[in-house]
Amino acid sequence: MSGILRLEGVSKAFGGIRAVNDVSFALEEGEIVGLIGPNGAGKTTLVNLITGVHPLTAGRVVFAGADVTRQKPFQAARRGLARTFQIVQPFPQMSVLENVAAGALFGGAPDTMADALDEARRELAFVGLEPLAETPAASLTLPNRKRLELAKSLAMRPKVLLLDEVNAGLNAAEIDGALELIRQIAARGVTILIIEHLMKVVLSISQRILVLHHGELIAEGAPRAVVENEKVIEAYLGAKFAARFKQQGSAHV
Amino acid sequence: MGGDGTSTKLSGPAVLSRKPLAYAALALWVGLLAATPLLGDNYTVRIAITIAMFTAMALSWNFIGGFTGYPSFSTAAFFGIGCYVGALAQRNGIPLVVAWTLATLAVALFAAALGLIILRLKGHYFAIGSIAVVEVVRLIVSSWGSVTGGGDGLNVPLLQGGPEAVSAIVLYVMLAIMLAAFGATVLVDRGRLGFGLRCINQNEDAADMVGIDTTRYKIAAYSLSALFCGTVGAVYASWVGYIDPTDSFSILLTVKVPVMALLGGAGTVFGPIVGTGVFVLLEEFFWANFLEWNRAILGGIIVFLIFFLPGGILRLDYRRLWRDLLARRARQRSAEAAE
Repeated sequence: MSGILRLEGVSKAFGGIRAVNDVSFALEEGEIVGLIGPNGAGKTTLVNLITGVHPLTAGRVVFAGADVTRQKPFQAARRGLARTFQIVQPFPQMSVLENVAAGALFGGAPDTMADALDEARRELAFVGLEPLAETPAASLTLPNRKRLELAKSLAMRPKVLLLDEVNAGLNAAEIDGALELIRQIAARGVTILIIEHLMKVVLSISQRILVLHHGELIAEGAPRAVVENEKVIEAYLGAKFAARFKQQGSAHV
Repeated sequence: MGGDGTSTKLSGPAVLSRKPLAYAALALWVGLLAATPLLGDNYTVRIAITIAMFTAMALSWNFIGGFTGYPSFSTAAFFGIGCYVGALAQRNGIPLVVAWTLATLAVALFAAALGLIILRLKGHYFAIGSIAVVEVVRLIVSSWGSVTGGGDGLNVPLLQGGPEAVSAIVLYVMLAIMLAAFGATVLVDRGRLGFGLRCINQNEDAADMVGIDTTRYKIAAYSLSALFCGTVGAVYASWVGYIDPTDSFSILLTVKVPVMALLGGAGTVFGPIVGTGVFVLLEEFFWANFLEWNRAILGGIIVFLIFFLPGGILRLDYRRLWRDLLARRARQRSAEAAE
């Protein structure tokens, strides 16, 4: 097993609660992988474990060949393991440009502020926020805040990007825009792990899907196979959705 | 930086930091303080010394309290340790300037070690922790009689020269410390460290995720907030010639310094200077005129600040105030004309 990011038997217990239990998987370079699971399955905890927010109870995280199990979040960021938050985390009183420049300066390659600003402008253009570069981050709309979050992570030149519910709270049109953006990010060669609640979204964009339930990985594979997996249907999708998805799928073909 | 366009405005709230006018005003202010030995009597010089030394401390506090947003109340601990290290070094025959340098380094080291522990606290907890430090250090110093002289205090070798010469020397040293603190502020404000500290101030988790080593940055800010206070303390001890625990670790000092910085504008480059000047002059005025009430008035100023000037004097939008005033005048005039 190789891969750019690899988890080996990762577990996390909060007191007596096993939030994540013996999870192993690997992301191959350039992949888009979806991570789904019901509320409280441990998805965000898993992201926190990968990026060093919480220490692991057991297991190992290997990133680009190096053991990074004990890293701190800022080290993860500098190594090229970036994440976005489920609840967006801007620097509210700074301008949009400064927010992104922070990502570039501290997490990315630039040595000087001028380089960081140039990099920030490029990423803002990429996510389509250039016209708002000078506005304070606090005054952005939710979809734009999510874009800012993406631009900030991209300015850090990540090898792997962990997207924690970037589409939560967006309407259908906004989600289409966000998905297009995620595809473009993947086209730049960034490996993406996308955590998502909306099945349609995750199935349409992912090449592979991981299903987490009660902190355990219960299924892994191609979207189609996962949706038809008995365990997944029982734990998460419900029989109705599975039937509908099958119909839709055959209609498309 | 690429030109002077709006897009290069990276100093955030430090609006005045690039304005030549502000630097000219500062030069004038420092010149005025420096000229007091020639112009005024010893009382005036004493006020100038007080202003210089508190400005240095308010600028120091600004690193942790202003840029980083950690409400520190440990200024008196840094100042007091500076007093004692400087005094003890001199009593053991170490030359004056070396003793002052030693005090500076000792306090910076103390802050770095302490920061490692108490910078894990946030918000109110950090404030309480930092104020407790002052009390703990004061108790240690007053109980450790064999070294520190305990509650009896310590005599410090006096500076050579007559009272006027001594005042002038102390004034110039304090002004030098103040300018050093200002220089450090400008460097931090424009550099990577200042940017990182502002990120921590606004959202520490996000700062961490963006690749900022928050622990190291906070310790740097805390040490910067300490070291100049250490120097000020040591020089102060040499100036007054006698120190004791109550005077050196005064809670009033620890509260006053943040108030001065806040009065001018915490997190700005010039705010602590403006705030300290205004505060010390007001305080002198109240001391002179309301001897019994001056502490109550200090309390009043704090309450006023919190309610009406949360951003400080420099953060007020004077253009808007001016426009509002003009508009009101115009309205009055048109009302009168209508009558």
